[in-house]
Amino acid sequence: MTSSTPRVADPVLAAVSVRERPPRASALSATVTHLWRGAMAFKHFPAQLIDMMLLPIIFLLLFTYMFGGAFAGSTQEYLQFFLPGIAVQSVILMTVYTGTAINTDINKGVFDRFRTLPFWQPAAIAGNLLGDVVRYVIALSVTIGLGLLLGFRPGGGLPGVLAAMAVLIVFGFSVSWIFAAIGVVASVPERVSGTSMIVIYPLVFTSNIFVQPDTMPSWTQTLVQLNPISHAATASRALMHGTAGFWDVMGALIISAAITVVFAPLAVRLYRNKNAR
Amino acid sequence: MVGNMTSNGTPAIRTAGLRKSFGETKAVDGIDLEIPPGVVYGVLGPNGAGKSTLIRMLATLLRPDGGSASIFGHDVVGEADRVRRRISVTGQAASVDDALTGTENLILMGRLQGYGRQRARERAAELIAAFDLGHAADRLVSTYSGGMRRRLDIAASMTVTPDLLFLDEPTAGLDPRSRNQVWDIVRALVESGTTILLTTQYLEEADELAGRIAVVDHGRIIAEGPSSELKASVGSATLHVRLRDPGQRPRAGELLTRELGVPVRLAADPARLSAGAGDGARVIQALGALSGESIETVEFAVRQPSLDEVFLTLTGRKAEDAPVREESRA
Repeated sequence: MTSSTPRVADPVLAAVSVRERPPRASALSATVTHLWRGAMAFKHFPAQLIDMMLLPIIFLLLFTYMFGGAFAGSTQEYLQFFLPGIAVQSVILMTVYTGTAINTDINKGVFDRFRTLPFWQPAAIAGNLLGDVVRYVIALSVTIGLGLLLGFRPGGGLPGVLAAMAVLIVFGFSVSWIFAAIGVVASVPERVSGTSMIVIYPLVFTSNIFVQPDTMPSWTQTLVQLNPISHAATASRALMHGTAGFWDVMGALIISAAITVVFAPLAVRLYRNKNAR
Repeated sequence: MVGNMTSNGTPAIRTAGLRKSFGETKAVDGIDLEIPPGVVYGVLGPNGAGKSTLIRMLATLLRPDGGSASIFGHDVVGEADRVRRRISVTGQAASVDDALTGTENLILMGRLQGYGRQRARERAAELIAAFDLGHAADRLVSTYSGGMRRRLDIAASMTVTPDLLFLDEPTAGLDPRSRNQVWDIVRALVESGTTILLTTQYLEEADELAGRIAVVDHGRIIAEGPSSELKASVGSATLHVRLRDPGQRPRAGELLTRELGVPVRLAADPARLSAGAGDGARVIQALGALSGESIETVEFAVRQPSLDEVFLTLTGRKAEDAPVREESRA
């Protein structure tokens, strides 16, 4: 056989003649590695941050200054009610990223390479979800920070705000499992974000984020009370304003646990069996 | 552990009656293979012959409908994790991350394979240098050319050197220079002890790299054996001649027919002609006869039949879907 360019072959031969076998990566290390991957991708495309922040900021300004006066008498008064609610939406909008990322990996073939590696496969999802937690913190900080600048005064002080952020992060984490599952089965990434908009916006608007349901017909009130997002908004509001009772917070946490118990195993199962049959 | 120490008679790949259907389509329809360690084995067939489906089943990515497959004695379904410790996949079936740099991709692979932070970095740097990607190490993969991408893809598969590498159409869409680089890399890999299963649509590529070849069509193996045997089964060698003056072709044809005792074939190029050439002595006589009448030959060659011809003989039709590269056309 003729070797046309020994320049290529010789260093390759040296590099691949290393026959070491590292021990299997631990589940934790595989998860952290996937988190790192997300951080690197973010580093290369920092403009993502603007995409992430645009909608929460627009919603906050639009509703406060366009509808606030009509809803609550004055924009300042409305802001006190509205900000803890819109913080829920800021988080919910971030929960779609994992689903989109997983779907992109599947479509690009990156997923197939991962699946031929001997690491704990759910790490690919877990790493993405942990990356989302960073997004939640950023989204909440921007939303609440802007709110404070506009005159939001939380009665619960810093501890109240931090507690509310913690509950919303837990809530967001649970919801992102839903989109992770959708991300595994969807045909293309655009379908994931499209589906998410169909799911998210009706739920957001039929919650108590924007208005209290007192003036609604009773069937609508029931709808609002059944909506998981209402429970998150109630917890957020009560904690930020320092009026939280036990069930205000527990409602949100129980719903988060329920969503996770159903959708986390589902997402992992779908992921593991993807294309296997 | 050295790859070919693992042999002890255990084949690198063994399949029996392997089957997979997608709806009505039988993508893989009963494939039996036994491939020893340390070789390059070529799976040759046109688009849609079932090559990728076969690789995906062997690489634990797809569950077979029937039959069995084992890699170094480990079942691809029941012992998928053990199989994954021994294999890598490159090519159409697996990819690198566009949103990361070359170095980051290799660090990612190293970490997921179990290397510590430091060692993963070192290994990435070694592979970047060896695969001639130093100039682009810190650039996003989305900016890479096809050849660079393919080299990174193979490097990613070699982070931990596998005992068995699946190369799914590794040179599809590459320019000749990049293709030659990939071929050299494949030769280096097999020299290092890695067994390689190569799928290709390029008859020339299977011939160039693989010792044994299976020709697949519609999910079945229609011929299998050493490349030289496959060719021999099709027929003997052929003498190809190119003349300086196309006007002399009729006379040259008569001379070759007389000396070789077989009819000549006239190529589309008016200066070329060819004829079956089983006997070396008669070839020399025939060429002598040409120069005896001052018919100048620009080039001549005695070639084994191409795998194109093998495919034609085996299936009774051309490999119509196979984009045969220009230089391999007679």
